[in-house]
Amino acid sequence: MAASQRLAILGAGDVGRSVADLASEYGHEVVALADSTTATVDPDGIDVAAALDRKLGDDEIGADDPAAVFETDYDVLVEATPTTLGDADPGFTHAKRALETDHHVVLANKGPVAERYGELRELEADSAGSIRFEATVGGAIPVLSTIEDSTPHAVTAVRGVLNGTANFILTRMAAEGLDYEHVLAEAQDLGVAEADPTFDVDGTDAALKFVILANVLADGGFSLDDATVEGIQNIPGSALDLAAEDGRTIRLIGEATRDGVRVGPRLVPENGALAVTGTRNIVQIKTRNAGSLHSSGRGAGGPETATAVLSDVGRLPPL
Amino acid sequence: MGNEPVVGPNDDRDAAAESGSDATAETADADADAGADVGSETEAETGTETETDGGVRPYTVRLELVDEPGELLRALSPISDNGGNLLSIHHERGNITPRGHIPVEVDLECPPERFDDIVEGLRDAGVNVIQAGAERYGEEISIVFVGHLVENDLSETLSRIESEAEAAVIDLSLAAPDGTDATSSARLRLAVDSGRTDAALESIRSIGADKDLTIVEPLLGGEA
Ligand SMILES: NC(=O)c1ccc[n+]([C@@H]2O[C@H](COP(=O)([O-])OP(=O)(O)OC[C@H]3O[C@@H](n4cnc5c(N)ncnc54)[C@H](OP(=O)(O)O)[C@@H]3O)[C@@H](O)[C@H]2O)c1
Repeated sequence: MAASQRLAILGAGDVGRSVADLASEYGHEVVALADSTTATVDPDGIDVAAALDRKLGDDEIGADDPAAVFETDYDVLVEATPTTLGDADPGFTHAKRALETDHHVVLANKGPVAERYGELRELEADSAGSIRFEATVGGAIPVLSTIEDSTPHAVTAVRGVLNGTANFILTRMAAEGLDYEHVLAEAQDLGVAEADPTFDVDGTDAALKFVILANVLADGGFSLDDATVEGIQNIPGSALDLAAEDGRTIRLIGEATRDGVRVGPRLVPENGALAVTGTRNIVQIKTRNAGSLHSSGRGAGGPETATAVLSDVGRLPPL
Repeated sequence: MGNEPVVGPNDDRDAAAESGSDATAETADADADAGADVGSETEAETGTETETDGGVRPYTVRLELVDEPGELLRALSPISDNGGNLLSIHHERGNITPRGHIPVEVDLECPPERFDDIVEGLRDAGVNVIQAGAERYGEEISIVFVGHLVENDLSETLSRIESEAEAAVIDLSLAAPDGTDATSSARLRLAVDSGRTDAALESIRSIGADKDLTIVEPLLGGEA
């Protein structure tokens, strides 16, 4: 059984709330939960159910200032604020602050590990705490821990499908013979695509995940600017029809190696392992000595992502 | 044995000698019935229900067999042993290769992740596998182009692919559901010399960029 850790959770969206909700099941305690305006903090453990009720009832999450989170006694900062590009703030500053005060950081937020990986690792080197970020790549699918277990230098490449929204759209277009716009609208009605789906369909979200993978393989050196990224917005139904005539289909495929990152629509065998359907994700990890490993599963969702966060928490040593 | 050069599909046929053309007994004649017979026999023998996580795909494998009794059945057992199903066998009666072997084309189906094992099994069994799936024609790739293909002079695009990417266009399918002056899609099958696929794709990317076309490239390298 992993050591019990005291969690301070920043972000009370789908992910932050699910982490708070499931923490006790994994043997951990929540001492702080904050959204963008308020926080609830209690070194003896907050009342999670009451805090979540308030948040879902559109009340303030608590009477404390979000900055008070850093003042309390905690072991692990869970960073679940929105992913941002460039300076990756507020996520990066949150992680920095926790590391500088010798705390662990577990990120669901992709920004800091995609955009400022080297800086984070330097902060980690000077800290008693460490960083983990399984949740940033492939939601519930154990991708980074699989690479860690195979040891990163024995992994030559990682490729696959890491955006469920784009995959859903391509799957529906192929199955129904419908055009992109039509299926996108349907995906929005179903809640599969967000009101602003730009980063999902233009490849940015998948690219961030493959940049993170390249950083893990090469021990840093990549950011989104280094990735070659193309989206699926220009793919008409007729392209999927032609692919199908040839036993193939089109998927938004990412590839990460030590040499670079590429994301774009690609032809893959219709019945091949990478042609997962719907919102499912898959990664193929190519290893030097053990062939290819595939894992697939749910790449997003509050509880799914929270399980990855909590697995990371369980892997952290006591401080 | 094993590492024979990959050759085009017709090379051996053209070079076939007239003599020594007697088919071995178990390959029977080259007509479709014979192929079906052998195929179903082998299926009955194994009758394996293969476990797959992604269905099966058809493959064509071209083999060179030594002209000895029993060779064909021995040669084909690695297919079923590795979870493949034999669909048909074409044995060109009267053809033997310059090396004195009998060329046989075998259609089979198997889960994509098993195909490499089958080829390896055949090679381990001493069968000379000269073409296997994607390795046919050196390398064969499919690409989908999207954009204003016809307005942007499709035939010029094709000739640039042949000259700049050094690829032979094997066939082309065009889909223009909204008319040829709207966005349309085309699927090209290209033959590329072995080892030149990456370079060819790079040229094709730059042709696509010049002509404002979206290019959907195949995902290469290992089972996808
Ligand atoms: N959802 C998934 O399936 C998934 C999967 C993998 C990774 N992720 C990543 O995980 C993170 C959280 O995702 P989510 O879906 O939960 O996002 P979300 O629903 O948009 O929630 C973000 C939360 O962060 C809060 N926040 C914003 N700025 C803050 C600040 N300065 N301090 C404290 N809290 C702040 C927001 O507060 P308000 O409530 O006040 O707006 C909100 O509660 C994102 O980075 C996302 O990319 C998500």
